[in-house]
Amino acid sequence: MDWSFIGHYAPFFVTGALMTLTISVFGIALAIVVGAVCAAIETARIPVLRQIVRVYVEISRNTPLLVQLYFLYFGLPKLGFVWSAEACAIIGLAFLGGSYMAEAMRAGVEAVPVVQRENAVMLGFSRLQTVVHVVVPQAASTALPGIVANVIFLIKESSVVSAIALADVMYMTKDLIGMYYSTYESLFLLIVTYLIILLPISIVGSWLERKFNYERL
Amino acid sequence: MSDFNILLEPGVFPRLLNGLWVTVWIAGVSVLLSIPVGLVTGWLMTAKSRTIRAIMRVYLDFIRIMPQLALLFIAFYGLARLWNWNLDATGACVLVFVLWGGAELGDLVRGAIQSIPAIQTESAYVLGLTGPQTFARVVLPQAIRRLLPASVNLATRIVKTTSLAVLLGVVELIKVGQQIIDANRFQYPSGTLWIYGVIFLMYFIVCWPLSVVARYLEKEWATA
Repeated sequence: MDWSFIGHYAPFFVTGALMTLTISVFGIALAIVVGAVCAAIETARIPVLRQIVRVYVEISRNTPLLVQLYFLYFGLPKLGFVWSAEACAIIGLAFLGGSYMAEAMRAGVEAVPVVQRENAVMLGFSRLQTVVHVVVPQAASTALPGIVANVIFLIKESSVVSAIALADVMYMTKDLIGMYYSTYESLFLLIVTYLIILLPISIVGSWLERKFNYERL
Repeated sequence: MSDFNILLEPGVFPRLLNGLWVTVWIAGVSVLLSIPVGLVTGWLMTAKSRTIRAIMRVYLDFIRIMPQLALLFIAFYGLARLWNWNLDATGACVLVFVLWGGAELGDLVRGAIQSIPAIQTESAYVLGLTGPQTFARVVLPQAIRRLLPASVNLATRIVKTTSLAVLLGVVELIKVGQQIIDANRFQYPSGTLWIYGVIFLMYFIVCWPLSVVARYLEKEWATA
């Protein structure tokens, strides 16, 4: 292991990590929005839209992100939708993540006992009030572990964006191995970078899970 | 849109199917080999020895926290350098998927084993069964019910992850698609859309039935 090489090329991995994080943050934020909308449509049982959401969830969950990205990045421009690699990666991540988020949120809402809604009606809550003050807070505590798990999953999945030429952590690794034959050093930096990104989220995730677990209190 | 005809060129569809077969083969072998690895891992995770449990914990957490692509790089580039162990790309993929699938399956096995009431193993002990016998004949048959739905889901995840093999240079479905696109670049400039569309659909056709089966098993066996 050549430590001076590691010292010299560590900044590359910081740049790479920033790319990974940028794509992930925007992708995940968008995925949460898509997921919330889909979960709302499904739990409210809105006809037609509900079937569309179902089809979307099945397609998105049963195809790999890499294939989705290739289709977005290389396929769709032939139909006139030309977008940058960054936009593609973010949309791809949101397309994949949206369905996972939707499933987590839906499971959260479904876990709220019917009696809670009934009580809210009895107390004279409007539909909106019931959703905001009764259903969502309870659903959030059940859905949270799933959502955090999805966040970690999506950051990990973002490792494939190097395939559409985005300079993320994986791209740097492959580049350095190719250029300097510095396998150990590059793989070491790769592992360390992902641990630095993912370990804190994983730890905060299990902490949140314990904190927001109202049922066990 | 007229470039749809690229799919009707002689040889294109059979080649894509061949690529799909490579993908399915890698996934299938990985899933099959993951089963024994997962059973042993799960058994070790419930071992009495703290050291063994700690080692398994580190193994599982490391595999879980690293992106699969990073694991593939470690296996493909790292092992060759470390032990001069020149796995080909397919071998590296199978190795990583088995280690990953085995770890995830092991965790499922652990959960299922721990859900079996202690009285079952105690009774087996009283009847004079050895440790492995208790596991194979008492615990496992009961655990399978809880295990199978999640395992089928894991299999779909492995199939989807097989797509990463192209990034190590395995000539599987995606690579075959890229070769067809490149070979027909001038004749069918918009062939990209159709070829990637078909690849997209092929993955869906392989994974979707597995998801449906997993969901069915979950519903069917949840109450038992």
